[in-house]
Amino acid sequence: MTSDTPRFSIGSLLRRPETGSFLGLAAVFIFFWIFGGAKFASPSGAAGWLNVAASLGIVAIPIGLLMIAGELDISIGSLIPAGSMTVAITSGYFELPIMLGIGAALGLGGLVGFINGMLVVRTAVPSFIVTLGTLFAVAGLLLGLSVLITGTTSVSIQAGPTAKWLLGQFIGGVYQVTIFWWIAVALCFGFILHFTRYGNWILAMGGDKVSARNAGIPTERMTIILFMCSGVCATFVGLSQAILYNSAQVSAGQSYIFNAIISVVVGGVLLTGGYGSVVGIVLGTMTFAIVNQGIYYTPFDANWASLIIGVLLLLAVLMNNTFRKMALSYVPKKKEARP
Amino acid sequence: MTTPILKLSDINKSFGPIDVLHDINLEVRAGEVLCLLGDNGAGKSTLIKILSGVYQPSSGTIEMQGQPEVFATPRAAAEHGIATVHQFGGTFPLMSIGRSFFVGVEPTKGWGPFKVFDRQTANTLAVKAVQSLGITRITDGDRLVGGLSGGERQSLAIARAVHFGARVLILDEPTAALGVKQASHVLRIVNEAKKRGLAVIFITHQVMHAMAVGDHFAVLIRGAIAADFRKGEKSREEITDLMAGGETMAELEAQIDTYMDAHSGHAPQPA
Repeated sequence: MTSDTPRFSIGSLLRRPETGSFLGLAAVFIFFWIFGGAKFASPSGAAGWLNVAASLGIVAIPIGLLMIAGELDISIGSLIPAGSMTVAITSGYFELPIMLGIGAALGLGGLVGFINGMLVVRTAVPSFIVTLGTLFAVAGLLLGLSVLITGTTSVSIQAGPTAKWLLGQFIGGVYQVTIFWWIAVALCFGFILHFTRYGNWILAMGGDKVSARNAGIPTERMTIILFMCSGVCATFVGLSQAILYNSAQVSAGQSYIFNAIISVVVGGVLLTGGYGSVVGIVLGTMTFAIVNQGIYYTPFDANWASLIIGVLLLLAVLMNNTFRKMALSYVPKKKEARP
Repeated sequence: MTTPILKLSDINKSFGPIDVLHDINLEVRAGEVLCLLGDNGAGKSTLIKILSGVYQPSSGTIEMQGQPEVFATPRAAAEHGIATVHQFGGTFPLMSIGRSFFVGVEPTKGWGPFKVFDRQTANTLAVKAVQSLGITRITDGDRLVGGLSGGERQSLAIARAVHFGARVLILDEPTAALGVKQASHVLRIVNEAKKRGLAVIFITHQVMHAMAVGDHFAVLIRGAIAADFRKGEKSREEITDLMAGGETMAELEAQIDTYMDAHSGHAPQPA
């Protein structure tokens, strides 16, 4: 947005979708810096919330894009453990090459995403219901199959050095390599949403699906692709967790559903679609992670974290509404107008 | 006489056992405004949907410049230059004017996978297109569409259709939700589109607005064309009477229907 420079102003900053989330992040950061002290600000303190933010952020971004397009995907709650278990069963239990396990996990995510997308497009059932269905279906399938195949619900996996280096190392002893994957995912989706025509299509789909279709946008294909992205990202998080911790469990992902939605909403994405930014989602994820982890560095009991998150969510939504209204009612002053 | 740009011959449409349109014959020429008048439920929207490719007619033919055409999808109709603008349709409240204007046909710059949306070009072109139609108050392509007035939004949607080379512009009740001043803005744009040689089909039930821009009028009552006349052939009162007359006829028929229903609902009288 460098071309904005001539008209750069505080006002134009306030009208961006991520303003609210930036202010929220600043407030939360200062709060925990004061109460968490040096330990919160230390590299290991930062790693604490960055690691959480990274794996959450990788799923939150495609979920955010889906929400901008007017859809929702909660099946990630099962796809994350499905990703872990697939790679662990393939490469740990059967000792097949790790690339095969990773491929199988990502393929599974893509497949479930494709099914979600097809069901939403073909049946016109709200995506919340469709993905609620696949959430339970995948969870059941996963539990059934892993007990059937391995006889247990927890499988260990020892990844080779390359896979470990790529997906499961701790940089500097504390920072998960996932953080870099998160940055890559954010850059990639940020580029797509804000700088390519496909981003325009996503915004238009969330704004008014019928008009978008009339304008010649392949809305059905876009919907399916977005669901596949969220499926692939969810299984990616699952498999990288499995490689990182050398084991996989059947039930380790339900909390991601709401955490991802909170991150996205705090990040300034409109629940009904048509408005939002990847920067906002990243900031929202960081805010969530700081509250979630920062509480351990403060003298407060960790049980209070959920209270803060709940209040924060409500405040963020109200604040985002205000900023959106400001953006809507913005009229350039006559003198500023350029040809 | 030139060949009509769009010609409907004996169009019928029924949904299962329900007949919605009977033997519709209409034609519209370039640089002409056809006003389609009719009360709610007269079949106006069904007719629009047939023209814009949403529905297929049960029978009858559509010709464009003398060539029979079948619009299987909205896209096919759009490719033939038929643009339908619904109330506020085609604009997205939370998108900027530039982005909204070019949805689906974004200008890009760069190469390969790094083709980026050319925001500056989009904004400049959009503002220019809207201003050329006489809406001079829109100067900044970064403004959000939702911040515009109803008339401006409608004008933006029409400007979009005109800019992308529509030959037939279908306006579905463009002035229904607008105030007097806003409506006159939209009507001025309809005139401008007509001057540029577009064929305009203007759907409304406000006779005043129709009289202001129309060259040719068709009144639709219960799925059939009840009257088809040109500008100056009928006065405003006559048109209003015609539309209202259709209504009283409908009422009368409804009365007969209910009487018959009630009658057959009763046990037969012993002879």
